Amino acid sequence: MHGLASPPPLLPSYREQSAAVRARFDSLKAREVIMTVSHLHKNFDSDGRSTLALQDIHFSTHRREFLCIVGPSGCGKSTLVRILAGLEEPSSGEVLLQGRPVTGPGSDRGMVFQAYTLFPWLTVKKNVMFGLQVNGTGRLQAERDAMQWLQLIGLERFAEAYPHQLSGGMKQRVAIVRALANQPRILLMDEPFGALDAQTRARMQVHLLEIWRKIDITIVFITHDLDEAILLADRILVLSAHPGEVQELIEVPVPRPRSLAQFITPEFLATKARLEQLIYSASQETTEEELYPMMARMTDVRDNVE
Amino acid sequence: MRRSPWLRILRPLTPRARIACGVLAFVLPLALWSLVSYVPAIWHPQVRITDPGSVSYLDTGAYLPRAAFDTEVADARHEQRAAPKGVSANPIYLPSPGQVLQAFYRAFTTRPETKDGPWLYQSLWHSIQIIFWGYMISSLLGVPLGILCGAYAAMARLNEPFLEFFRYLPAPAFGALAVAILGIYDGPKIAIIVIGTFFQQVLIIANTTRKLDPALLEAALTLGTRSRQLLTRVVIPGILPDLYRDQRILLGWAWTYLIVAELIGTTSGITWFITQQARYQHFANVYAAIAMIGILGLGTDLLLARLGRSLFPWDRALVKSA
Repeated sequence: MHGLASPPPLLPSYREQSAAVRARFDSLKAREVIMTVSHLHKNFDSDGRSTLALQDIHFSTHRREFLCIVGPSGCGKSTLVRILAGLEEPSSGEVLLQGRPVTGPGSDRGMVFQAYTLFPWLTVKKNVMFGLQVNGTGRLQAERDAMQWLQLIGLERFAEAYPHQLSGGMKQRVAIVRALANQPRILLMDEPFGALDAQTRARMQVHLLEIWRKIDITIVFITHDLDEAILLADRILVLSAHPGEVQELIEVPVPRPRSLAQFITPEFLATKARLEQLIYSASQETTEEELYPMMARMTDVRDNVE
Repeated sequence: MRRSPWLRILRPLTPRARIACGVLAFVLPLALWSLVSYVPAIWHPQVRITDPGSVSYLDTGAYLPRAAFDTEVADARHEQRAAPKGVSANPIYLPSPGQVLQAFYRAFTTRPETKDGPWLYQSLWHSIQIIFWGYMISSLLGVPLGILCGAYAAMARLNEPFLEFFRYLPAPAFGALAVAILGIYDGPKIAIIVIGTFFQQVLIIANTTRKLDPALLEAALTLGTRSRQLLTRVVIPGILPDLYRDQRILLGWAWTYLIVAELIGTTSGITWFITQQARYQHFANVYAAIAMIGILGLGTDLLLARLGRSLFPWDRALVKSA
């Protein structure tokens, strides 16, 4: 027993960065700013009571950055990304996309939702063509583009299939290229892999990194899975709950290219420890859930399972 | 212990059991009807006279309640007159399945009883036209209005309170008014079907439209769809399979108003045939005509269901039931 309980490994600080990682961050920050969020507040009014969901959110993201937003449940991360997409209006503050204020949804910001939102009445190809066509691209050109996008993610065989014939992972891959086909400046993703099983999820994470590497796109990715955030992100924006506030903007020290094998590297573990500290210690103080009760034993005392 | 496959809640039947139940659904009522018709020991409360004997007011073929017949027989025996003879019979308004089947066949093969009277198929065709126009006019107005009410809250608030009030008014109540305005021929009949269908139609389709997944609308918005395009590009294609199902149900609704509608003004169509035959007490013909309406209605619905499956290959509700 004593032999197994090793002392906690001495982790480096999550702020320590290798020279290569520091150089990456320097070049990242030298790139133009794509999106700026400043002094963003959001109130919800219900039954005459006003709840503050987001308080003074501010951050900016650079071209081709991969930004993850994490936080305990109820921190308003979904509300935040919906405001970025223009699906909801902030109570005050503003969102700037390349210097221009966001006033509503538009094709310059793509979005992938957690729920499957492919149009069930359109084939895979026509789903990808949808955004192009509503923005005025001709049918033939849209069709050519859509096929190229499907080839890029290896789903051209399913061009004529309907969404209900696809697996969950495939649906989300199509949803990603449907959003990318408009060539938006930024791709907003609201827990896009939340409904997938663990294996599919891991493959999708690698797949998404591959897409991100190959295309000029900035990604803002919402998740509550800390491993996922560290694996994917350049920087992680940590929110606290009730109201949602920026706690810290963490620069992930894990070098790129990333792979699932990095889950046990010291940088990874250090970052995760910091995230857990931020999220769980904060959420324990403000938790609204009751503690689960200790149960009375209902089996024979000798009938033990542990 | 395995539980019986027939008693599992919310579980589908095996394909064979499905077919068996479907066939039984028609065979069981038919069997019951046959039993009552062909087994003299069951019911048969009357006697059909085959020989009036010495009873002056009886004719061959007349129907008499069993008690009255028994009294006449006893009286005749007592007075040593010739007793009337008869066989057990059901009331004249309940013909046997065989008689109805014969009537069904005869209706298409025998000339109409009056010289310029319509053949049965002509009466039926006239009824179908009434239904078609009533349903068409109602749909041309009701479907677009329903979709608009479902899509725009202002439209819903503006229309639905009044429609909710109006749909409780029985359509036949407008019969006299319809005759005054539209004359006595087909106009008022079509109007009754429109009134009976339209109000329900708007409300049902508005509800169907409201059930569209709002996430699809949001996805379309983030792809750059402008709000005017949303209606044609997302709302309408999104609700189409459900809209089609609603329209099938509403067509059945239109049929149920047919008989009342055709009684208004000059009686016409299948209703004319039914009232005429009932007047002559040809009840087998009446049942045959009623059965024809049922067969026509069910047949159309099955056809439309099959058409729907090929029109909407993405519709999972249809795929599941196929």
